[in-house]
Parts: sequence; structure tokens; C-alpha cells
Amino acid sequence: MSNPSTVKTRASGPTRLRRRTRVSEFALETLIRVLGFSTIGFVLLIFLFLLREGLPAFFQVSPAALFSTHWYPTYGFFGTLPLILGSLLVTLLAIVIALPLGVATAVFVREVAPQWTREILKPVIEVLAGVPSVVLGFFGMTFVAPLVREVLGAPTGLTAFSGALILAYMALPTIITVAEDALDSVPRSLRDAGLAMGATRWQTIWRVVVPGARSGILTAVMLGMGRAIGETMAVMMVTGNAAVMPTSLVSLFRPIRTMTATIAAEMGEVARGSTHYHMLFGIGIILFILTFLINLAAASAIFQKKRKGGLR
Amino acid sequence: MNRALVQRLGFAFLGLITFVVVVPILLVIGVIVARGIVAINWQFLTTMPHGGMKEGGILPAIVGTLLLTLGTALVAVPIGVGGAVYLSEYARDTRLTRAIRLAIVNLAGIPSIVYGLFGLGMFVLFFRFGTSILAGSLTLAIMTLPVIISTAEEALRAVPQEFRTVSASLGGTRWQGIRTIVLPQALPGIITGVILGLLRAAGETAPILFTVAAFYLPRLPSSPMDQTMTLPYHLYVISTQVPGMPLSIQYGTALVLLALVLSLNIVASVIRRHFRRKRQW
Repeated sequence: MSNPSTVKTRASGPTRLRRRTRVSEFALETLIRVLGFSTIGFVLLIFLFLLREGLPAFFQVSPAALFSTHWYPTYGFFGTLPLILGSLLVTLLAIVIALPLGVATAVFVREVAPQWTREILKPVIEVLAGVPSVVLGFFGMTFVAPLVREVLGAPTGLTAFSGALILAYMALPTIITVAEDALDSVPRSLRDAGLAMGATRWQTIWRVVVPGARSGILTAVMLGMGRAIGETMAVMMVTGNAAVMPTSLVSLFRPIRTMTATIAAEMGEVARGSTHYHMLFGIGIILFILTFLINLAAASAIFQKKRKGGLR
Repeated sequence: MNRALVQRLGFAFLGLITFVVVVPILLVIGVIVARGIVAINWQFLTTMPHGGMKEGGILPAIVGTLLLTLGTALVAVPIGVGGAVYLSEYARDTRLTRAIRLAIVNLAGIPSIVYGLFGLGMFVLFFRFGTSILAGSLTLAIMTLPVIISTAEEALRAVPQEFRTVSASLGGTRWQGIRTIVLPQALPGIITGVILGLLRAAGETAPILFTVAAFYLPRLPSSPMDQTMTLPYHLYVISTQVPGMPLSIQYGTALVLLALVLSLNIVASVIRRHFRRKRQW
């Protein structure tokens, strides 16, 4: 320390080595930073390319025609309303089915079931999350639709209802997992307080724990909805694909067509650069914005919970 | 009314609903296995389809799905793990970091068919890759990223802070600590996440409709620029586009796809469980 020159000569070899590792380390850390930011880039790229191919449609088709009630692309009718309503109908119906099932299952798994039951149930629900949507669609076509047809006595089993049923089960793993996390994050002290007041476990669950998990359950619903509205293959195979306006309750048991199915079914046959081609990308833009808003809402609920984290 | 009775009825009701949720899941698996197993034999798995796909095997679809998944892994794993390392080890809680997290949530929520449109617009048309394994792998890789990043980040964060502190106190740089201690400790969790992401990619149909998939191509792909048949798209084709298709072949194809995806699923959870038990911290 008192003699810097000796230190310098002794350390010259290792120092040079260290500098080289420092340079390569700097390069690596820069790369990692770039990779970290890459997701923002990908989202922007996706939106950019959707706009590039889809925007022309909004200039070629007037806004009034865009939201008219007829979708006959071969005759130049590009009314997206039946498709948007079709998507909304199927999605909402799916959530109406999946929400009570999902929350009840989450409560059962998390609060009621004994350990061994839980260890059987969790993997089974995980398996459902892993089943490819085309397999569920295939199952829906060959097994559920005939069942629906027989029960309803309808001319076809490929209906909005069959689609919603399949979608509900596809959304269930998401809803159950997120709702379970929400129940789990309700502090123990609240449960104890409920029980100490003389409430039964059942009363504590419904009056204390579930209300306490409200925001998390809302997140679960939003995420499930995002999943359902964007689902393509299963919906295309099961809903019958008729682009008609759902006008009354009967429409639930008639064929219907969603935005996603329209893109998937028609993109293969369309001429590149035609209005129809741009229009399909235009539907993609609508879907992108819709799911973005839904996920933003879900994420803001998630972030809210995190910000309060210190107190829990 | 008796409170204990209410509770017992309530719990029974919840159990009943759980039953309603679980039984169809088992039914799906059971029906596909029972009806598909008759179609499965060595020839079905290892020969080309012929006779308008109504005869022969599904070899090109199996190989196509495996190649596509491999291509997806080659792109998605380095980007995903790198991104996770950044989020867990480097990022501070800034506006930018929050934007990254929002982007990940958003990527995870984009409908698979929109990924298909994006892949068509960017990789197939703009970059002129054509409908090819390359274009499909890139599309699926971007779709898989959020799964890999979130699970890998979770695995990295689970490594105790003390490990990093000790590494730094011994004179290690931040990167040395990550490379020699944090990453190896988080590896099982990262592998689990990668498998979960890839099995999702392997089962997807919508993103590859316009980027890879060949309706009927009875030969094996020879380069990344080739089109290929894939299992999910093949199942879609033979169940909706080909009239008079024997049901046993449809169920057989569904079973092969299901078995591939579920066995990967099981591998992932075995790895997770094994290492969680072995872990000292």
C-alpha cells in the first residue's frame, strides 16, 4: 500500500485479464438489458404490422358500412357487427358459466378440501390448461355438439351455447388458479377473527374470505374473459360459423360466428391486398385493442394488490 | 336452521361443483384415449399419409410439430431467460420496468390468431420467409415469451438474496454471481417454465395457420424454409375439411397430440417436484 509501484507491477497481469472479463461482462449485461426491453419492442411490432396491413380497410370501407349488420365479403359487405356481437355473446356466456364454477372450485380446493384431495385436484386442473384448443374443439365437435343437439332437439349442435361451454372449460384453469391465489392472500388474522367471533367456517368463508378476495376474483374474471374472447380453434370448430346477428335469446342455440373464427377461416382463401384481406387484419386490430384493454384492467387490479403488499 | 348443517350442506355443494368441473376433464382424456388407442400402431406413427389422408400414418405431422417446437425453443429460450435475468437481477422499480411488465401481460393476452396475422404480415410477407418452419418458429417464439419470462423470473427470484450477497462479498461481480450461483440454482424452475411454454406452442394451431402449415404434404421438411404438416393443424384439417374421414384416424391423431403435450406436462411437474424436495433452502 505504501509502495504503489510494486503493487502495480505485481498486479499488471491479472488487471489486464480482469479488464478483458470486465469488457465481455459489460457486453453481456448490455445484451441482457436489450433482451429485457425486447418485450416492449415485440408488442409495438405486433401493433405496427397489424396497422400496416389493416389500416387500409378503414379507408376503403366507410364507418357506417363497417358497423352494419351484414358480413358477406364476396359481395362487398363488410359489416363487422355480427362478428363482434358473436364474440361478445359467446365470451359473456362462457364467463357466466365459468365464474360460479371456477370460484366455487377455488374455494373448495383452497378452503375446504383435505390435503389429499387437493393433491389430486390440482394436477387434473393443470392438465386441462395443457390440452390444446384444437383437441378441445375436436372433442366439442364429435362429442358435445351431438349431445347438445339431442338434448335441445335442435337441427344442429354446433351453436353459440356449445362454443360457450367449451370456452368456459378453457377459461376455468385460469380463473381457478388466479382466484385461489386471491383467496390465499387474504390474511390469516381475518379468518381467525371471523372464527373467534363464533362464526362457522362456512360463514367465515362467505362473509370474510371471499369478499376479501374480491379484487383478485375480478382479476380472474378479466383474465378468463381475455382468454375466451381470443380463443380461435375450438370456437371455430364448435360454433357453426354462421355470420348472423344474435338478436334474441334463441340465438344462443343457433350457429354463430366470432371475430377470431372469421380471420382463421377466411384468411387462407383471400387475395392479398384486397379489401377483404385488409379487413381481416382490421378485425385483428379490433381484437388486439379489446384484449389489450381487458388485460390492462386485469393488470391494474394485480398492481393494486402488489402496491398494498406491505400491509399483508 | 342448524349452523353446522348449513356448513355441511354448503361444503357438499362446493364439492359437487368441483366434481362437475373435474369430471368433464377426465371425460375428454378418457374418450380420446379410448377411441384413439385403436388407431395407434407402429405404422400409424412412422409412415406417410396416403389415399387422401384416409390411410397411412401421420409421420410428417409428428416430425413437423417436433421441428417447429425445436425452432421455437432456439429463439424463445435465450430471449426469455435473458429477459427474466434482466427483470429479476438488474431492473429497478422504474416506469420503464413497469412498462416491460405491462408488455409481458399484454403479450400473454394477445389472441393466438392475432399472432398468426402478425407472423403473416412480418415474417411471411415483409421478411419474405414465405410460409415456412422459420416464419412459424419465430411467430410461436414471440407467443411463448411471456410464459418463459414469467416462470423463469419467478425461479430466479426464489433464489435467496444471501446467495448474491455472499458472492459479492467474495469479490465476485454481479454477472459472476448470476452465472455461477443464481442461474444454476434457478435452473430447474427455468426448465419447467421453458417446457410449459413450449408445450403450449406445440399444441397451437391458430398462429401457424398462415405461417407454416401445409394441408397435405407427404414428405419430411428438409430445410427451415420448407412448409410442413403439423399435428394440431392436421387434426383440424381431418376433422373439418376432409369429408368421410374415418373417426379412428381423427381420434388417433388427437391422442398422439394429447399424449405429446401431456407427457411434456408431466415431465415439467416431475422436475419441479424433484428439485423442490432436494433443495436445501
